[in-house]
Amino acid sequence: MSEFIIELKNVSRFFGSVIALKDINMQVKLGEVHCLLGDNGAGKSTLIKTLAGVHAPSEGEYYLDGKPVVFKSPVEALDAGIATVYQDLALVPLMSVTRNFFMGRELTTGRGIFKRFDLEKANRIAQAGMAEMGINVRDPSQAIGTMSGGEKQCLAIARAIHFGAKVLILDEPTAALGVKQSANVLKVVAKAKARGLAVILITHNVHHAYPIADRFTLLNRGQSLGSFLKSEVSREDVLEMMAGGQELDELTAELEEFSRLDATA
Amino acid sequence: MTDQIHSVDVSEMGRDKSAESDTAVDERVRKVPAWKRLLHRPEFGAISGAVLVFVFFFITAGDSGMFASDGIMNWATVSAQLGLIAISACLLMIAGEFDLSIGSMIGFAGMMMTIPAVYWGWPIWGAILFAFVGAMMIGFINGYIVVKTGLPSFIVSLAFLFILRGLTIALSILFTNRTIIGGIDKYAEGDWLAVVFGGTIGHGFFIWLADMGLISTYKDGYPIVDGIPMVIIWCIGLAIVASWVLLRTSFGNWIFATGGDDKAARNVGVPVDKVKISLFMFTAFTATVYAACQVFEFGSAAADRGVLKEFEAIIAVVIGGALLTGGYGSVIGACFGALIFGVVQMGIFFTGIDSDWFRVFLGGMLLIAVLFNNYIRKKVTEARH
Repeated sequence: MSEFIIELKNVSRFFGSVIALKDINMQVKLGEVHCLLGDNGAGKSTLIKTLAGVHAPSEGEYYLDGKPVVFKSPVEALDAGIATVYQDLALVPLMSVTRNFFMGRELTTGRGIFKRFDLEKANRIAQAGMAEMGINVRDPSQAIGTMSGGEKQCLAIARAIHFGAKVLILDEPTAALGVKQSANVLKVVAKAKARGLAVILITHNVHHAYPIADRFTLLNRGQSLGSFLKSEVSREDVLEMMAGGQELDELTAELEEFSRLDATA
Repeated sequence: MTDQIHSVDVSEMGRDKSAESDTAVDERVRKVPAWKRLLHRPEFGAISGAVLVFVFFFITAGDSGMFASDGIMNWATVSAQLGLIAISACLLMIAGEFDLSIGSMIGFAGMMMTIPAVYWGWPIWGAILFAFVGAMMIGFINGYIVVKTGLPSFIVSLAFLFILRGLTIALSILFTNRTIIGGIDKYAEGDWLAVVFGGTIGHGFFIWLADMGLISTYKDGYPIVDGIPMVIIWCIGLAIVASWVLLRTSFGNWIFATGGDDKAARNVGVPVDKVKISLFMFTAFTATVYAACQVFEFGSAAADRGVLKEFEAIIAVVIGGALLTGGYGSVIGACFGALIFGVVQMGIFFTGIDSDWFRVFLGGMLLIAVLFNNYIRKKVTEARH
């Protein structure tokens, strides 16, 4: 058992002449929430796709539990316990909670031609899985099209956990959500962490990231600005380091300039 | 914040459980009446439509013989024939695809089993198996082209509609110099497989009914209807199997997932291509069952059999509550759709209404069904908060 479940050493990824990632170092521990912060175009997506087995690193090493790995497909990464919940969630709105929960990995009973989808048991498992995430599903046969964005997000997370994920990669889980729903999703992240999973949370919202994260990695234009433990940095430091920080300072200065001009006019 | 809401939920649940334990209720919607939940079943429209149609014909044609034994067999057979292909068209539509070649396949499969038997001296069972294998291979090709090219199945199967109809006529002219081939009944006599499609069952039961005076008979006391045609048995049997597969197996879940969102389905490991191809093969299979039942009932095959049946099947499926966009539908609904179709088509003869009105009725029915389904889909998928 290695100290880190995932470790990247000097990982780079090139697309033709474009350097999407350059010399990224990153360590992820079980039972920790690791926040990946960065503005649009910072390389967050490329990094998580590299972690999820969609892209192989062009340079550098990827260690899983201390052993070097090369994933040829997302399915291999999934089998190794690295589950990624993308923004589209891979859910079908017209299908029920249970049918979505077990989609592609149906729980069966019986054998031969009588092998069937064990809906009663599946209903109970789906309901229990959701309840553990703090969502009370009264009727697991209801279509998930009726659920809120946050609940769907939680369903996708609960599904990944049920099917044995050790590392959970969440791609902007709070991007399209309101305040209350975001809080729900972050609670679910905390629960996943409490169960001993490693969570990699991608976001560009520091206010969502800071309360829950144990460790931050900041990306800017394909390069890492470094990884920090929460004890080492303040929220303001993190904001500052994100690409937005400097520009927001400039904006504030400009706005002050305008108001000064208004005052003199 | 949520904890508060959920604690309310729990106390609510205790009260709800006694009344309706599995109601789909949102946390802010206190109660949904039972009739509204029923509305959300895909087959609701078709079943209530069937009830209305029966009530209508009971009133207008109750004493015309429509509900005597031969009348019932008449519309039941027509409904079952359509039901056969509606079942497979329904599964395919739920998986998000169409097969417009079903009707042409009926004609083609009929020729595939008749020509070898009548002209080439094949045993009937061999000719029937040949037709099934041939039809399912064409179904495979149809599906393979759709999944590999990503073209709409509407276009691909439209091409097969013409190819198969053309081949049916051209090949039957080439091999036999005619487009209607009769006399297969004398070859089929005593064949173990032909009976499975052209025979009737329940013979003794109908004699008994006649003896009891419960059904109409000829002058010598022999019942006018002396058994249930195999096509009805096939339809009911396939409906049960297909419905079970759809609702209770992994494959059924894959069908819903494939039609609901094939990208999401692929991402979680559903073999989307296999699902689609096997359903195209299933439509070819049911078209061949249809053809076999017809060939061995009439004792002949004709090149124009099954014309427009693909559209009738789609109408039955849509009346049955399936969405044209896939992901939602019911085999039972499709069967009721076929029943409505058969009852109205035959019932119009019995009432003496000009049968030209049948198509007007059909089109109107289709339009109402689509509007209704669209409304239901919105209800099912809209987020409530």
